[in-house]
Amino acid sequence: MRGKVKFGVVVFPGSNCDHDAFYATNTILGQEAVFLWHKDTDLQDVDAIILPGGFSYGDYLRCGAIARFSPIMKEVVDFARAGGIVIGICNGFQVLLEAGLLPGVLLRNASLRFVCRTINLRVENNKTPFTSRCQKGEKLRIPVAHGEGNYFTDAATLASLEKNNQILFRYCSEKGEITEQANPNGSLSNIAGIMNEEGTVMGLMPHPERVVDPLLRNTDGRKILDSIVDYCMSKAGHELSLTELDRR
Amino acid sequence: MFISKIRVTLRKSILDPQGKAVEHAIASMGFRAVEDVRMGKYIELKVNGATEEEARKMTEEVCGRLLANPVMEDYHFEIEKCP
Repeated sequence: MRGKVKFGVVVFPGSNCDHDAFYATNTILGQEAVFLWHKDTDLQDVDAIILPGGFSYGDYLRCGAIARFSPIMKEVVDFARAGGIVIGICNGFQVLLEAGLLPGVLLRNASLRFVCRTINLRVENNKTPFTSRCQKGEKLRIPVAHGEGNYFTDAATLASLEKNNQILFRYCSEKGEITEQANPNGSLSNIAGIMNEEGTVMGLMPHPERVVDPLLRNTDGRKILDSIVDYCMSKAGHELSLTELDRR
Repeated sequence: MFISKIRVTLRKSILDPQGKAVEHAIASMGFRAVEDVRMGKYIELKVNGATEEEARKMTEEVCGRLLANPVMEDYHFEIEKCP
């Protein structure tokens, strides 16, 4: 094990939170980080992949629809299918949905307005690689900035998301209640972030990478990124001990 | 040469807030008869070196995989001979 987790931040034309994700994981968390250009096909042996926020391909056609066909995405999908950790933030969440790694779609905000403010999130499941540093029911303050974050899926998919505890974050009020007023975009069931059934791919609309620096006073986003680091570290440790066992 | 004329619209079950906003604007213009507005996209593909059947098949696949997201959108298309 190399002692540090290596994050790969995918850069699409139009990504604009890629440097924030790099800064958060590299400078703040002290982990390794590399940029992965959308035309590359080499994942550079990373432990976890971040699909950052932004406006990949100018949001043409539908958000994330064109990025999904970038050469790097084939590798990202293979990486995810093999159990690799992938997190999609904002536009990255849209790309994960378009790529079929997560179920559902993100529609235009019900208000038709771009929403840019810090909101309250309630942690619905803390037994995941993305939320292990949080308490169940804990409230996080994390900013959103999007025009298309209105999560939607059919009733059967929503029921299975609920049943499998795949809903990780919901928009909530100051008191932690799930209310219509606390929902910034009209998302079904106040959903802000979900993961796949295997618990290895996660997408969310809020930007944890924007609230990691103590200078900004709020470091709630670290809880999510630190959880990923913990998971990757323990996974690497686990694999190491397996190889050691083999040798005996 | 053929031309595929494609229309992509939000599925009926999905609220179209953009259409609603336009509907309200039409109402404030004084046209009370307009009951519902649905917005969508219109896309044309020029297809060279394929039979009509091939053009149809290809358009179907491009629509299903790229131009429309079946979770939220429906698509319709016609194939016409290019003049």
